[in-house]
Amino acid sequence: MRNVIAVFFKRKKSQENEEYIALSEGQLMWRQFLKHRVAVIASIILIFLYSVVIFADFFAPYGMLTSHKFHLYAPPQITKIRFVDSEDKFHLRPFMYRQVAARDPKTLRFIYKDDLKQKDFIHFFVRGEPYTMLGFIKSDIHLFGVGEGKLFLLGTDIIGRDLLSRIIFGGRVSLSIGMIGVIILVIIGTIVGTISGYFGGWIDNILQRIIEIIRIIPQVALWMALAAIIPKEWPSTYVYLGIVIIFGMISWAGLARELRGKVLAIRRSDFIYAAEITGASTSRIIAKHIIPNVLSHIIVIATLSIPIMIIGEAALSFLGLGIKPPMTSWGLLLTQLREVQTLKHYPWLICPAGFIVVSVLCFNFIGDALRDVNDPHSR
Amino acid sequence: MGLFSYIVKRTLFSIPVIIVISILCFGIIQLPPGDYADAYAAVAASAGGSVSQEYIEQIRERYGLDQPFWIQYWRWVKGFPEGDFGIAMSLQGTPVADLLKERLPMTLFLNFSALIFALMIALPIGIFSATHQYSLLDYILTFIAFIGIAIPGFILAVFIIGISIFWFDSSYIGRLYSNEFIGKAWNMDKIIDFLKHIPVPIIAIGVAQTSNTMRIMRGNMLDVLQQPFIQTARAKGLSEPVVNWKHAARIAINPIISRIGVYLPEIIATEMLVSIVLNLNTIGPLFYDSLISQDMYLAGTILLVISIILVIGNLIADVALALTDPRIRFELM
Repeated sequence: MRNVIAVFFKRKKSQENEEYIALSEGQLMWRQFLKHRVAVIASIILIFLYSVVIFADFFAPYGMLTSHKFHLYAPPQITKIRFVDSEDKFHLRPFMYRQVAARDPKTLRFIYKDDLKQKDFIHFFVRGEPYTMLGFIKSDIHLFGVGEGKLFLLGTDIIGRDLLSRIIFGGRVSLSIGMIGVIILVIIGTIVGTISGYFGGWIDNILQRIIEIIRIIPQVALWMALAAIIPKEWPSTYVYLGIVIIFGMISWAGLARELRGKVLAIRRSDFIYAAEITGASTSRIIAKHIIPNVLSHIIVIATLSIPIMIIGEAALSFLGLGIKPPMTSWGLLLTQLREVQTLKHYPWLICPAGFIVVSVLCFNFIGDALRDVNDPHSR
Repeated sequence: MGLFSYIVKRTLFSIPVIIVISILCFGIIQLPPGDYADAYAAVAASAGGSVSQEYIEQIRERYGLDQPFWIQYWRWVKGFPEGDFGIAMSLQGTPVADLLKERLPMTLFLNFSALIFALMIALPIGIFSATHQYSLLDYILTFIAFIGIAIPGFILAVFIIGISIFWFDSSYIGRLYSNEFIGKAWNMDKIIDFLKHIPVPIIAIGVAQTSNTMRIMRGNMLDVLQQPFIQTARAKGLSEPVVNWKHAARIAINPIISRIGVYLPEIIATEMLVSIVLNLNTIGPLFYDSLISQDMYLAGTILLVISIILVIGNLIADVALALTDPRIRFELM
């Protein structure tokens, strides 16, 4: 355990009188964390991503399942946003030329051309499909959109569903599975780790053997085997819950093992003996003295576990063992790419992978920074 | 003598672990509602055909699917000493042992190559990064490493497929050798063809661990470079390369060796996913198919085999550490 040293920081209130303030452990760590620039940027990106997926109905230009039947496999328009039109006239409001579909006479695939006569200006807060957000906000206002035409920033899929909207809605699943899975992981891991380290003896022995065995069976193979258990006829919300539970139930072993070591060390320290002598109950000692001392450790491991679960969900869904339609997730969106031809003709369908990588990257940056803050010696 | 008795002790200790794992593996595979006969009927039904109830019962009886768990488990386990792992029901009763014999060597080869690839690339770069701390190249390499960790192997495989379709000759992507060599004995042509196929899977499998190792090696090196014996070495007038590579790197590499036990499960997991994406004939796709068709002997055996590989891998990692690190060697003796 780290020694808590009262650290005083100088804060200049005005030019003349300087004020000294004592910072709590938490405040100190917060200051340390802010020094990790990349992690701060990563946190901002994640907060942005999570707000977008929580308010998906507002941020997504179209609904998750809305298909546009004259825009199958429409290419992304994000690269076609322009301010200057074909007659070199500048417009303050960004616009795109309307995409017009035609069939290729040979392959019968849709080919898209820009209609230079029709400009679709991008407006903010436009009225579109009505939705009920989070179960109680009824509205039809979307963050951005075009008036009459269609706006497919990242293109569309095989039945003409807007990929960006699907990514935003799919992010709900992908990003929440990590979060909820980690909550389960933390609860089980903390209970097992604390019991194992605090009580020791035969309980510790049994729990450690269980942990060893769970850790020996390769995680992904175990995920696959357990995901295969989920009945195929279950509705997709149940499947989602099943996957979350599988992730949480299997990944706690690492946390439990590390916590056990920490708790074991703390258990032998003087202040725990002091608490015992003064007659504090076991539950009080654990709750008031042990958990607060390992909390930062738990947070670090939890943060670093989220990306593993995000990747795990992506892998399972990609293989068809995870989330299933009508729900969607970033991994499930990538399933289409198992056909090599699809990737060749419609390369924009790889976009969801970018979102997976970015969110995993952000969590890794934050986790690493937290570890640094928590334990400066590990650097 | 200490090392030998240590190996024997560890091997004996892992036997009960493997027994428990075998029960667990079999139990997990058995968990899904229904059995292979049901899955078979479902597949037949979805193909438009129908299977008579009698035939289903026949399947059940033939493979003992109606027996209680322990009896089925015993039927599976009792053949192990003779190398009999049951039969793959979904593959017309091919013995599981034959399937493993065909695919396991390739799986091990791929995993091992990916591990070597990761170490060969990561160690020098990690050392370089540490000796040039805070240089521009160090920042770039560290950032690449972070991205390498963040890209899951199977997505990387998809990326590589995509890139190769657009820019390179894509005939060597996917599979481990070209179609005309399927079922042929190994000869020079097949080996050359094989060597052209393997870089993609090895890279896809190895990149995450390469990045990981690189970062750890960099951290270890930085720690070691702080230590007094490095100062001594410098004070003696040794050249910088000798100090870095001979004195510091030798110590800094030890934690990496002890981490091989941690790498293995990740490499094996990535290998399974990448193999499924690239359609390689290793045990990954076999495991996937067996899970889908609820072929419990096949799936259970594969799960068990992977776990045993990990147990052995951990043992080898520990022995390797004992061999390279005198401090641990003395502790054992």
